Amino acid sequence: MSETENVVVTLNVNGETHTVLAPPYETLLETLRERLDLTGTKHGCELGECSACMVLMDGEPVLSCLTLSLEAQGHALTTIEGVAKNGVLTPLQQAYIESGASQCGYCTPAMVLSAQTLLDKNPSPTRQEIRDAIAGNLCRCTGYVQIVDAVELAAKRMRESVEDRVRRET
Amino acid sequence: MSEMRIVGKPRTKIDAVSKVTGAAKYGDDMMLPRMAYGKLLRSTQPHAYIRRIDVSRARALPGVLDVITGKDLPIHYGVLPNNQDETALAMDRVRYIGEPVAAVAALDERTAERACDLIEVEYEPIKPLLTMEDALAPNAGRIHDWTRTPNAHKIVSLEFGDVEAAFGRADLVREDTFLYEGNSHVPLETHAVVAKFEGGHLTLWSGTQVPHYVQRALAQVLNIPHGHVRVILPAIGGGFGGKSEPLSFEFCASELSRRTGRPVKIVLTREEQFYTHRGRHPAKMWMKTGVKRDGELTGLAVKIFLDGGAFSSFGIASTYYTGALTPITYKVPAYKFDGVRVFTNKPPCGPKRGHGGPQPRFGFEIQLDKLAEDLGMDPIALRRRNLVEPYSTTVNSLRITSCGLSECIAQVEKGSGWQERRGKMPPGKGLGFAASAYLSGTGTTMWHPDLPHSGAHVQIDRGGAITVFCGSAEIGQGSDHLLAALVAEELGVYPEDVRVVAGDTGITPVDLGSYSSRVTFMSGNATLKATGELKAKLLEAASRVLETAPEELEFGDYEIHDRNDHANSIKLVDAIVRAEAQFGTLGATGSYSPPRLGGNYRGSVIGTSPAYSFTACVAQVDVDADTGEVRVEKLWVAHDCGRALNPTLVHGQIQGCAYMGVGEALMETQQIDGRGLHMSPSLLEYHLPTSIETPEIETILVQAIDPEGPYGAKEAGEGPQNPIVPAITNAVYQATGVRFDETPLSADKVYRALHKKKGQRETTLTIPEFRFPEPERPTPREYYGDCS
Ligand code: FES
Ligand code: FES
Repeated sequence: MSETENVVVTLNVNGETHTVLAPPYETLLETLRERLDLTGTKHGCELGECSACMVLMDGEPVLSCLTLSLEAQGHALTTIEGVAKNGVLTPLQQAYIESGASQCGYCTPAMVLSAQTLLDKNPSPTRQEIRDAIAGNLCRCTGYVQIVDAVELAAKRMRESVEDRVRRET
Repeated sequence: MSEMRIVGKPRTKIDAVSKVTGAAKYGDDMMLPRMAYGKLLRSTQPHAYIRRIDVSRARALPGVLDVITGKDLPIHYGVLPNNQDETALAMDRVRYIGEPVAAVAALDERTAERACDLIEVEYEPIKPLLTMEDALAPNAGRIHDWTRTPNAHKIVSLEFGDVEAAFGRADLVREDTFLYEGNSHVPLETHAVVAKFEGGHLTLWSGTQVPHYVQRALAQVLNIPHGHVRVILPAIGGGFGGKSEPLSFEFCASELSRRTGRPVKIVLTREEQFYTHRGRHPAKMWMKTGVKRDGELTGLAVKIFLDGGAFSSFGIASTYYTGALTPITYKVPAYKFDGVRVFTNKPPCGPKRGHGGPQPRFGFEIQLDKLAEDLGMDPIALRRRNLVEPYSTTVNSLRITSCGLSECIAQVEKGSGWQERRGKMPPGKGLGFAASAYLSGTGTTMWHPDLPHSGAHVQIDRGGAITVFCGSAEIGQGSDHLLAALVAEELGVYPEDVRVVAGDTGITPVDLGSYSSRVTFMSGNATLKATGELKAKLLEAASRVLETAPEELEFGDYEIHDRNDHANSIKLVDAIVRAEAQFGTLGATGSYSPPRLGGNYRGSVIGTSPAYSFTACVAQVDVDADTGEVRVEKLWVAHDCGRALNPTLVHGQIQGCAYMGVGEALMETQQIDGRGLHMSPSLLEYHLPTSIETPEIETILVQAIDPEGPYGAKEAGEGPQNPIVPAITNAVYQATGVRFDETPLSADKVYRALHKKKGQRETTLTIPEFRFPEPERPTPREYYGDCS
C-alpha cells in the first residue's frame, strides 16, 4: 500500500528475463524471493551484515538486501537456483554435500556462490585463503571447518579434471 | 551382528542436495494464496502498566485487515506445566522492552509495520528491576505476584553428603566467584511462521524445535481441540535451543488467520529475534572446592544465581541443570548446591546449547585449574585422579553407564602435544584444558512423565517403498538422516531409499522435539523398535521361501539371505510381497521411554538421562599484549558419542559446538543497558565469530558403545560445547599469567587486565546477597554399587 508509483523492472536472472512491476525502493532480495519465487536466496538481517542474501551480479558477489532491483537491471544475475545445470551439481556443490558442509543449510546458497567466485579466480586456494574469502558469510552451525574442507575438496577435484583434460588433449 | 553397511560410515545426508540447490523450503519461503502479513508491536517500556491501547488509527489504515491486543488471546501458556505465566500479547502490564503488545495483519508487510506505528499505547511506568541484585533487594517490587520470595522464580538447595566435613578433611580449599555472561542463539534464520485457519482447523508451519509442545499450547490458547491443530515443520535455519518453546508470534499469526480468513505469515526481524531471546542465562557463581594433597577431591559447594529475565520459560529445569550436571565428570564425594533463578525486566532466558551446563562447568574447570597449580600438579593429572568410572552412580544419584572420558582426555592430551609443549611455548601463547559431560536426552518430561518420549511409525508398501513417520524436528543436525540410516541398516537398503516424514503433528507419532540432545537416542530407539517388528515379519516370510529358520537369516544388500550361505537368498522386495500376503499391510509403531531414573528428592529427575556423553578439550591461544586480543589458534576436542552413526555428522556437531564456544569465550554477550534496552541487537553489534576468528578444530571421536543407545549411540549436538569456554580461559592464563573468572574475554577486558597499573583497584566479582533455605539432604540412591 504505497503512495509511490510502481515501476517496470526487467531482470536477467539465471539466463532468463523477467519483467515485473515493483516499487522503486524494492530490493533485489524482495523481487527475487517474492515476485520471482526464487526463494533459494535467504536473508538473516536485511542490513548487509550476514551475507545470506548474496547473489552474483556479472559474476561478482553482491548483497541482494542492499541492492535495489532497479540497479540490477542490465546485469546478469545468478542465484543458487542457477548454479546446478540440468540437475547436475557442480563440483563445489558435490563436495559440499559429501563434506557435511551444510547443516541447517540457511547460509548454504550464499556460501556456495561466495566460494565459487573464489574458485573461479583461484583454483588452488589455501585453507586460510578460503577462510578469508568467505569471512563475510556467517554460518551459525558448522564452525566453518567442513565448509573449508568442501571448498578444498572441490578445488582439488576441479584441478584434477583440468589436468585430465590437458593430458587427454596433448 | 553382521558387518554394518551404513552405521558408522560417513555418508551424505539425505536432505543435503535440497540445501545446496536452494530447493529446501524454510518458513519465510512459504507463499500461500491470499496470504496476509503480520507484525508485532512491542513494548518500549521495561516495566509498566498498560493504561490504554488505542488501535483505531491502525485499523483505519488502508490495507490493514485486523489488529489484536492482549485481551483477544487472554489464556496463559508456558512450556512447563507448572509455570504458565505468559500470554501471547501483554495483558495489562509489560515486563521487558520488546514484549509483544499488539499484532497487526495487513495485505503487505510495510503496511503492517506502518499500522504498528499508529497504535497508541499509554504506559504507566513501574520501577524496572534490571539486575539480580536489584530484584533480590529487600524492598524490591515484584515482577510476578506469584513468587513466594519476591522475584526468586525457583530456589533449589540440596546437599549430598556433608560438605563442611569434606572441607575439613581437605588439605587445600579454594573459594572463587565467577561470572558467565548471557548470550543468544542467533540462528541464521530468524523465527518464521505461516498460519492457516480453515473450517475450524489450524495448520501452522513453524520453524520450531518442539512441534508437539507448540500444538498443545495453540490448542490451549486458541481454545480449540488439540486434534484441530496441526503443526508442520518447514526446513529450519538453526535453533540451538532458541526455538524450543511456544512463542508469541505463533499464537498471533494463528489468531489473525482465524479472524481474517487468510493465511498469515509472521517473520521476525533480527532485532526482534534478539528481544525474543530465551538464550543462555547470565550466571553469577560462587564455588568452593576441597582437595587432598594428592589431588583427591573431597567436596564441592556452589551457589549459582541465574538472571532469568521476565518470564519462566524452562527456568525450573535451567535451575536444576546448573546443579545436576557438574558432578558427572569427576568423583565428588560431597556436594552442596544452592541455586536461584531471578526474575528481572529483561528478555526471558531459556535453554541454549548445553542448557545449564556451560556456566557451572566454566567455574568448576577454572577452579580445578587453579587448584592444580596450588598443588603443583598438572591440570590433567588432577582430573585423572578423580575421574568417574563407567557404570557408577554420582553423588547426586545420577546413573552413569558407558563412559569414555578417560580416553577423551588421553586423546586431546596426545593430539595437542600437551606434555611436551605446555609451559614451553613462546610468550603470549598457551594451552588450556577442560572436560565435561552431557545428557543424551532428558530422562523426564513434566507434562506426561508416564508416556513415551518418542514414537515412530514405519511402513513398507508392496513395491518396497519404506517410510518412517516421527514427530522429531530436523533443525540441521541431521535427525531425518539418522532415522533413515537406522532403518536402512536394519532392512538392508540405503538411507536414500527411506522417506522420512518428520515434525508434522497431523500425521506423525508424538516425539518431544529437538532439545536436550535427545533425538538420536530416543527417536532412534523408537524407530528401531518399529523396524524390528517389521523385520521379524520379513524374516518369517523369507524363512518359508528359503526353508531356513528366521534366526539363520540376515539382511544383505536389498536381500535377505542365509547367514551361512549367502547364495540362499530372496530379494528384499519379494520378501516384502510375501510378508504382506502373509500378514497384511506392513506397518509398525515403536515407542521409547527412558528408564525410571533419579534420586530420592524432588527435582532429582532433572539431570537424569539414559546415557551421558563426555568431552575433553585442549585449547591453544595466542594473546596479543599490545591489543588484548585473544586468538584461539586451535582446538582439540575429543567426544565420546557412543557409536558414531554417521561420523561426518558427528564431527560437524562437535565443530559447531566448538565454534559456538569460541563465540561465548571471546565475544558474545546479550547485554541489556540501564534502561532495559539491548545494547547490540544486530549482527554487526552482537559479534559472532566469522571464518577468520574460528580456529581449525581437530575433532576426535571416542566411541564408548552405550548399552541402551541405538547401535550404542549417544549424543553429540550439545555436549561438546561445555568444555570449550573454560579450556580457552585456562589457556589464556597459561599465555599471560592473568586469571579471568568471567566471560567473554573481549580485547578491552584483556588489555586492561594485562596493563593494570600498580596499586590499581581490582574489580572483584560478587554474588548477590541472598539467604538460601536449609538444604534438603536426600539419602543417596545407588545404581551400580559403590563406585569408589
Ligand atoms: S540479509 Fe543479511 S546481508 Fe543481506
Ligand atoms: S549451516 Fe546453518 S547457518 Fe550455516
